[in-house]
Amino acid sequence: MVNAGKQLITGLGVLLLFLVLSVSCYAMDFPDEVEIDSLANLYEGVVFDHAMHVDATENCADCHHHTTGTGVSDEYCAKCHEGDVEMDTVSCQDCHSADPVSPENLHNPAPGYVYHDDKPNLKAAYHLKCLGCHNEVDGPTGCEDCHAKTEAGEKFYHSGEFAPAEGAAHGEHE
Amino acid sequence: MSKITRRKFLAGSAAGGAAMMLTPAKKAFASGSFEGFPDGMGVLVDLTRCVGCRTCEAACNKEQQLPAPDLPFDDYSVFDEIHHGNQKRRTTDRAYTIVNRYEPEGADKPLYRKIQCNHCNEPACLTSCFVNAYTKTPEGAVIYNSHVCVGCRNCMIACPFHIPAYTYHSAINPVIKKCIFCYYTRLKEGKPPACVESCPQQVMTFGKRKDLMKIAKERIHKNPEKYVDHIYGEKEVGGTGWFYISSAPFEEAGFDITLPKKPIIDNVKDFLAIVPMVLTIWPALFTGFHLLATKGKSHGHGDDHSHDEQEGH
Repeated sequence: MVNAGKQLITGLGVLLLFLVLSVSCYAMDFPDEVEIDSLANLYEGVVFDHAMHVDATENCADCHHHTTGTGVSDEYCAKCHEGDVEMDTVSCQDCHSADPVSPENLHNPAPGYVYHDDKPNLKAAYHLKCLGCHNEVDGPTGCEDCHAKTEAGEKFYHSGEFAPAEGAAHGEHE
Repeated sequence: MSKITRRKFLAGSAAGGAAMMLTPAKKAFASGSFEGFPDGMGVLVDLTRCVGCRTCEAACNKEQQLPAPDLPFDDYSVFDEIHHGNQKRRTTDRAYTIVNRYEPEGADKPLYRKIQCNHCNEPACLTSCFVNAYTKTPEGAVIYNSHVCVGCRNCMIACPFHIPAYTYHSAINPVIKKCIFCYYTRLKEGKPPACVESCPQQVMTFGKRKDLMKIAKERIHKNPEKYVDHIYGEKEVGGTGWFYISSAPFEEAGFDITLPKKPIIDNVKDFLAIVPMVLTIWPALFTGFHLLATKGKSHGHGDDHSHDEQEGH
């Protein structure tokens, strides 16, 4: 009985593995929403409508460079990554460091990776990609079109309830 | 009759001085050969990335504990401000960095330019300061000591980028104020300045100046259609710690493209170098001439001479 139970569990496990593999191979498993909030401080995190952007863009590579196995948009990347298959890591923060001055961002790339020497940090990777495209397709480009300011943000920008008094507006200029 | 203007006189003096100083021994000390501290840090500013969000201004205000601004940092009407006739915003004693908006010809979107101290390799402010208030640190920052500043404002005139500002409102102890590369709070510990860290677009990249120069050249090389083929600050006034790459010609983003490649001090160095010589050698030399010319002559002769002159008159 014990053996039969074990066999059943193993059998189910193998079946499940096949199922998972077939789904990931044929259906490009991707999340419909991505909450981008690892750096949230001055602004709230962004709930990114991934599904909408998948529909709106022609190629996953427009944002994911060469990691999704769907071809490469950028000619420069294509020199090495033409024909790459899907990688284990596709999220932005897997490659783009949150540290604004980590040495791997700037120079001394690992041997053989001479072309990844000017990689934007995570915050810039988001904004350069998002804003860069939004500017081209007339998407929203204002800061608060994507994420609302937090209280810390209002304090930082001296805006909202922390805005300077009206009278001070033309105080020492002119 | 040719009128001798002050400018002509100074130019002539400088030319004369330069001619006198053209000896090999002096050439060895020529400034301009100094290319900055080898491990000096810098910042590459990529104007193509800036979207004018002014977050760097807010970050600077907070980090340097500056007074509250007149308008919120997310108020973009400041880009339309024009001061003193025809001038966009400039750095002040209350804002060490500011962003201005430009509309280059033929461009479909505006170009934003962040302005702050460029931390020159051979700073004109430093060389103009007679109380030695300024220091160029090995880390790359141009800092100053307010305690010795006498408020002469020579550095404000010397700076080719019009950066140092003055606390005019202070009646008792007015001093110079400017960007110090966040030296005391960040750079000294190897951290990037607050503006660099705050930027959502990584317009600014922080690192060793020599590494950043390579990155700048590579960006231009890889995207020749995106950038103009010039790094503003690579050579200008002897090289600056902060330097720029741009999609539009630099003059259309308010940069002064007439600046010399050599440090500002080179304009006056030769002239200034002969001043001590004039003060020490000339008195002895001309006293000697005088003594030789009047050798053997008595006072009587001198009296006679003056007498003759009077008669001839």
